[in-house]
Amino acid sequence: MSETRLDPASGAGGSVAGGVGAPGRAQIPGRTLRGDRWWVQPVIIVTLLVLWLLYALVRTSMQRYYFVETYHYLTPFYSPCVTASCVPGARHLGTWMGELPPLVPYAFFLLPILLGFRLTCYYYRKAYYRSFWLSPPACAVAEPHAKYTGETRFPLILQNVHRYFFYAAVVVSGMNTLDAFDGFHGKDGGIGMGLGTLIMLVNVGFLWLYTASCHSCRHLIGGRLKHFSKHPMRYRAWTVVSRLNTRHMQLAWTTLGTLMVTDAYIALVASGVVTDLRFFN
Amino acid sequence: MSYDARFRVWRGDADGGELVDYTVEVNEGEVVLDIIHRIQATQSGDLAVRWNCKAGKCGSCSAEVNGMPRLLCMTRMSTFTEDEVVTVTPMRAFPVIRDLVTDVSFNYAKARQIPAFAPPEGVAPGDYRMQQVDVERSQEFRKCIECFLCQDTCHVVRDHENNKEAFAGPRFLIRAAELDMHPLDAREDRADFARDAQGIGMCNITKCCTEVCPEHIKITDNAIIPMKERVVGRHYDPLVWLGTKIGLRKR
Repeated sequence: MSETRLDPASGAGGSVAGGVGAPGRAQIPGRTLRGDRWWVQPVIIVTLLVLWLLYALVRTSMQRYYFVETYHYLTPFYSPCVTASCVPGARHLGTWMGELPPLVPYAFFLLPILLGFRLTCYYYRKAYYRSFWLSPPACAVAEPHAKYTGETRFPLILQNVHRYFFYAAVVVSGMNTLDAFDGFHGKDGGIGMGLGTLIMLVNVGFLWLYTASCHSCRHLIGGRLKHFSKHPMRYRAWTVVSRLNTRHMQLAWTTLGTLMVTDAYIALVASGVVTDLRFFN
Repeated sequence: MSYDARFRVWRGDADGGELVDYTVEVNEGEVVLDIIHRIQATQSGDLAVRWNCKAGKCGSCSAEVNGMPRLLCMTRMSTFTEDEVVTVTPMRAFPVIRDLVTDVSFNYAKARQIPAFAPPEGVAPGDYRMQQVDVERSQEFRKCIECFLCQDTCHVVRDHENNKEAFAGPRFLIRAAELDMHPLDAREDRADFARDAQGIGMCNITKCCTEVCPEHIKITDNAIIPMKERVVGRHYDPLVWLGTKIGLRKR
């Protein structure tokens, strides 16, 4: 027989005294009795997200290797390329403004939208609340914070704007689609296709799937209705989005991967490190 | 095939307690509740445990096994290795009464606060007619057995006793969704109630409720997030507000 009593006053920090160590509750030692490796998932998520953000930061501030002139490959990290700093061929949507100073991402006005869409995404919220903010780090593991108000106050109440980022993300996905179609450009100026075109198409396909599987989209397309039977078309759309929605997490990670691969491939071709594999022209 | 397993079971009450070690026989096909009953029958006759159906349908034997909220009757011993120490404690979000039995009256108080199902005026019981396609979202939430494991694991109340007044917990947010999505519920203030009285804004959708639900209800994706979106529509969306004001959109 062993005995270990928890002293709420000296509990292992943070919320233990006001939470699982609160008066009246069973006095059980420690912030969790979980013996499995519950910390692995937060560590993996922090590592992957930090690596991805570092990659994106470096690439967007490079101002180089974003466009393959011969085949019209434009990386999504620089799309839309509409400033005078962009090479003329990359400006297929026009020139909207003058030259940008060094280190400023060419798509600087669009990147906050993309970041906002993912930052307010219901899946990413779960991921970073758990992994970065440890609120909670894992199920049934006490969080380190003594106070908690959730998303009821500024700034987290702003998470409620997710649907507006969704609308903007639809426009951005549309622009990426135009870029992918522009990638059907052959050496002689006619239609052509290479591995880069295929990578851009796959990336755009996954971006659309991720955007369409969004919880706000699910609500707006039909989830907010009370009577599906009176709106058969919206009900059908809702069932499709609901099926996609069950894969929202997988799509969130897949699109991070496809964005990175697309950008890296275009950078390698643009810098001359690799030669694009052409299917025709 | 039998073996002797090592168990640690929390014994005590609100004044204090301890993890008590037991070595107890385990037979093939048994669940943790069987072992707790064997301890009760052979070693500690006064061990308190709440149980009823032994089939995962009554929601009585909720506790924590190796730190995770689980039904004792649905946790198979075959999921542990023979040399693994199995720790069984009461739910840590609620006041303990004795041993593995907790006082879950917090949940009943929250249940009483929710306005009841309200059919449209003039529709009497017996006259309810609805289409399956309209009611099936609500039916998912009717699978709830009220084991309160979701309430137990939700960090909003588990880690913050002082949030219990403001936050109803996942079980009652699915009740809100069940009623708001019900084709014959005429109340139009369910989302307002979820925000103002149930504290839905406190949920940060970390999905532990969904992870522990023994009925596999998609609590977060199918109930809480849709309710959050309905709250957004009524309180945080300026376009919806404008549309409502100028009559383009019905409340």
